[in-house]
Amino acid sequence: MKPEYDLLVIGGGPGGALAARTAAEKGLRVGLVEKRSAIGVPVRCAEGVGRDLIEEFMEPDPSWISAEIDRAVLVAPDGYRMTLEPSMAGSEVGYVLDRKRFDRDLVMQAADAGADVQVRARAVAPIMENGAVAGARIEANGAVEEVRARVTVAADGVESKFARWCGIDTAVPLAEIETCVQYLMTGIEIDPAATVFYLGNEVAPEGYVWVFPKGERTANVGVGISGKKCRDGSRPLDYLNRFVKEHFPDGRVVEWVIGGVPVCQPLERTVADGLVIIGDAARVADPITGGGIYNAMFTGRLAGQTAADAIARGDVSANALMTYDHGWRESKLGKSLERNYKIKEYFLTLSDEKLNRLIHSISRMDLSKFSVLNVVTELVKHDPSLLLELRALRNIL
Amino acid sequence: MAYYNGMLVIRRDVCGYCGCCVSVCPVGALELIDAYLSVEGDCSSCGVCARACPLGALEVADEA
Ligand SMILES: Cc1cc2nc3c(=O)[nH]c(=O)nc-3n(C[C@H](O)[C@H](O)[C@H](O)COP(=O)(O)OP(=O)(O)OC[C@H]3O[C@@H](n4cnc5c(N)ncnc54)[C@H](O)[C@@H]3O)c2cc1C
Ligand code: SF4
Ligand code: SF4
Repeated sequence: MKPEYDLLVIGGGPGGALAARTAAEKGLRVGLVEKRSAIGVPVRCAEGVGRDLIEEFMEPDPSWISAEIDRAVLVAPDGYRMTLEPSMAGSEVGYVLDRKRFDRDLVMQAADAGADVQVRARAVAPIMENGAVAGARIEANGAVEEVRARVTVAADGVESKFARWCGIDTAVPLAEIETCVQYLMTGIEIDPAATVFYLGNEVAPEGYVWVFPKGERTANVGVGISGKKCRDGSRPLDYLNRFVKEHFPDGRVVEWVIGGVPVCQPLERTVADGLVIIGDAARVADPITGGGIYNAMFTGRLAGQTAADAIARGDVSANALMTYDHGWRESKLGKSLERNYKIKEYFLTLSDEKLNRLIHSISRMDLSKFSVLNVVTELVKHDPSLLLELRALRNIL
Repeated sequence: MAYYNGMLVIRRDVCGYCGCCVSVCPVGALELIDAYLSVEGDCSSCGVCARACPLGALEVADEA
């Protein structure tokens, strides 16, 4: 790292990479630090992402695509399977990535655009000046150096500490962390073009089990549950082992993935003087699916653009950077985060029995005009006994 | 392979250094340093991190 940059990015995930690439493309002097020794490793992801979402940022590259997905299957608590075809599955249709390659490719794109990149370099404290963030102290190879920056981007993921050190409370409520374990399994019978989601209290309380194909007979098989439901004997690892024993007893586990996804509301404020917070660090993963790759890239790109504008105007105060905060909140992403948070809260009130009935009803509907509001309206027609619950949902929406 | 700091026990042979616990700690006492987890002085032994851990690698020594 040089002693000074226009933009300093803390964290080399998809969010940080997009912030660095965008700012470097706009001619800013950019530094990116990543504390791990290899970008994207160990993986903490099921690697599913919408096709159109990725194409918003770049040409898909076969080297980081493990599987192409045409449909999603939802398995109700009673075992009933509902298939969502492409026209209605929305962003569930897409790719299962190879994130080791994907994340590294994104960081290389940032480097190609001119950003300085350093791995095994960890931010240990912000540099504060008159209450404003002016860079970070970076520890690498046993030494700590000051790296000054006009704008610093906290892209440090779920375990984000940088914003906390700047005085912003980012703690995730226990009930709103999805605590997860996933196996990469091989030698299993799967549909290689379908992502499968299992719901219900027995398989994953306040969460779900996923099977995301990575090849003909290989898949990410994982479970996430609410931190509130996690105790000795009923941790995600226990649920995963039970699921695997029942569904893939002969499969072989070749990799473990462990992690947490914040499914809380986003931070109340994602900027401060000289600071922008993006991706998982800003708690912008989807509250229903836990998907956060696109969200990190979207907020990362916007952070890079906003920082470039602010620096060009010579004002990097929180007020000036608020265009970033407003920008993502008012975007399609921001709106869907807000809506999906409410839908998640509603789903948590449903018993398995109600969930079964809901899924059975949805599967009998004509979903060619799939939208959340349509579904609610149609459902009431199909199963008037769900009216009371659904009215609650409609009021939310 | 256990590491004590006051009341919090980190079983490093179980920990998968995922950072899940770090995100829920109300006082920011945990820190993930590449491939190991460390706990600092301001830990209040509240046990929230131990609840969230996917693998059960944390234990508050006096937790009932
Ligand atoms: C089990 C699991 C399954 C998931 N499945 C999906 C899925 O299928 N689809 C999807 O879209 N999303 C999924 N997610 C969520 C997704 O992985 C994240 O939302 C995404 O990685 C967020 O990107 P990010 O850039 O914000 O953070 P990250 O990718 O977490 O990157 C943050 C980086 O910052 C580094 N860092 C942290 N602190 C410092 C520091 N002090 N100094 C330097 N570097 C630091 C970290 O080492 C890390 O590399 C899943 C998550 C989990 C845990
Ligand atoms: S949540 Fe558990 S596995 Fe993850 S870093 Fe903390 S102690 Fe380790
Ligand atoms: S016991 Fe509580 S205060 Fe201590 S590290 Fe865990 S969550 Fe933080």
